[in-house]
Amino acid sequence: MILAKVVGTVVATRKDPRLVSSKLLIARPMDPKGKAEGSYVVAIDTVDAGFGETVLIVSGSSARMAAGLKDCPVDAAIVGIVDEIEIKD
Amino acid sequence: MQLGKVVGTVVLNNRNETLHGVTLLLVQPISSSREAVGRVIVAADSVGAGVGEHVFFVRGKEASFPFYPTEVPADAGIVGIVDSWHVG
Repeated sequence: MILAKVVGTVVATRKDPRLVSSKLLIARPMDPKGKAEGSYVVAIDTVDAGFGETVLIVSGSSARMAAGLKDCPVDAAIVGIVDEIEIKD
Repeated sequence: MQLGKVVGTVVLNNRNETLHGVTLLLVQPISSSREAVGRVIVAADSVGAGVGEHVFFVRGKEASFPFYPTEVPADAGIVGIVDSWHVG
């Protein structure tokens, strides 16, 4: 899983029927210290995350195992809102 | 599988219900010569690893297998604590 910051939303009227009523967010992957790294991802939100929040994103086929995404055509899902990151160098 | 070092923890209160009870740790992938390689990832822990320990972890859907039959949405999981390794 990766840490990311929510930076935007995606609106799509025409989409796969299994994605109807799903919330799509744009997230920017970041390192544990908050520095942005890599490209943006579009992820399905399962935890009601909001703009500016730090979230946990699961990628690949594992994303479908999050509650509510069974058999959905997704490869990235927001599965948690991060409260605290503790890092020891 | 890959070697890594546990460098921290992540705390989430608002999480997908399938992730409840799963410990999440920050893992820095390392090379066989103990140098950091690539990005720090968040991995599900099924062996009770702690900060500072060397571990090996799996990527992809297999990361959820230690929690079977619960389907945990994890794409990286710690599956062993490394006592020592030797190259060459």
